[in-house]
Amino acid sequence: MLPDSIELVIVTPERQLLRESVSEAVLPGADGELGILPGHAPLITELGIGELRYRGTDGKDEVHLAIIRGFAEVLQERVTVLAETAELAEEIDVDRARQALERARARIAASDANIDWDRASAALQRALIRIKVGGYATKRRTAIVEAP
Amino acid sequence: MPTLLDFRRSIRSVKNTQQITRAMKFISAAYLRKAQEAATAARPYAQELSRVLRSTMSRIDEPQHPLLAHRPEQRILVLVLAGERGLAGAFNTNILRKANEFFRANREKKISVIPVGKKSRDSLKRAGFQFAGEYVNALARVRFLTAREIAGLVTELYAKEEIDAVYIVFSEFKTVMVANLVVEKLLPVEPIKESNQKESAQIDYIYEQPEEQLLGKLLPRYIETQVLRAMLESSAAEYAARMTAMEAATKNAGDVIEARTLHMNKVRQAAITKEIIEIVSGASYGA
Repeated sequence: MLPDSIELVIVTPERQLLRESVSEAVLPGADGELGILPGHAPLITELGIGELRYRGTDGKDEVHLAIIRGFAEVLQERVTVLAETAELAEEIDVDRARQALERARARIAASDANIDWDRASAALQRALIRIKVGGYATKRRTAIVEAP
Repeated sequence: MPTLLDFRRSIRSVKNTQQITRAMKFISAAYLRKAQEAATAARPYAQELSRVLRSTMSRIDEPQHPLLAHRPEQRILVLVLAGERGLAGAFNTNILRKANEFFRANREKKISVIPVGKKSRDSLKRAGFQFAGEYVNALARVRFLTAREIAGLVTELYAKEEIDAVYIVFSEFKTVMVANLVVEKLLPVEPIKESNQKESAQIDYIYEQPEEQLLGKLLPRYIETQVLRAMLESSAAEYAARMTAMEAATKNAGDVIEARTLHMNKVRQAAITKEIIEIVSGASYGA
């Protein structure tokens, strides 16, 4: 009999962000997204720059986080995410991410041979994922405001 | 013979100093609490990371990685973490003495240093060491980005084989009164042996990436957390030392005030007695 929930722990070098019982989680693996359900086989993976989402045990809305690189360890009853940076949708400053996106685009467009391609494209990806994840928070907020 | 006014002035001046040291004690206590909280918050990541690293390493028979490579130690790099400011009792003296002992023991090797903290920088500069980098104003409020920068620098130097070993000298926060002086080897990373056989009772993980590739990503992160931990410990120890020193200073000021007040009262009483005698003898003379 498989358990119907799995504990999701998200830690960054500076703090523990989250410890919660969830019914499913989708991790941004370095080689593509990984869906984790309770009772998943033990697994270790590298994480890329992407979006992590999970659904709590009470079947509420999905929660979204922006993850920037790291590792994840999956055990029968626990998922540990070791992220270099992890931000909840509500914490993201979308305007700042937009500015970062502009800068990254400009740098890549200027494309002289001197620029560090890896860094420029990583900055671009980071900005894109922040804008995407941050968008979930804004959408929800505007939805509440606009409701008649 | 000091007059009463002189006494009052000197007591007031000591009182002012006491107020300053007392304020500094409370400020250090507040910073200490913050530093301790930061150290506690950083612990889960470090623990989980070293667990994942250990299980990954134990899966590989002969782990190969530039950061694991052992070379004869001829050129060593030493990270010295001391305080950002003084007025912390013997904190800076102690850790710098420890560093010096370590330098003397390794006299025959080529030593380069990276000081972290202003006091460390100043002292090592006077001693004429060769700097591979320097980080000041990094310990008042410890940030992960600084730790990452330092770790990045030493791992790069090590991978380029410009140095053969990296050590880190720092004060480990034990209690408010006591700090441990620690010298740790940062690089090469010693192959971590499975200490607890039962706990690791070998979970058969699926590895999404080849183990070696994962190890290559895990090791630099591991160094970062080691540097971060040392910085957090040193920062907490510095605030603790300053708090203790300022508490002692406040107490000493209190003792001085007490002694001076006593002396002042004696002088005052002597003056009064003298006056009474003068009046009495004057009165009896007149009668």
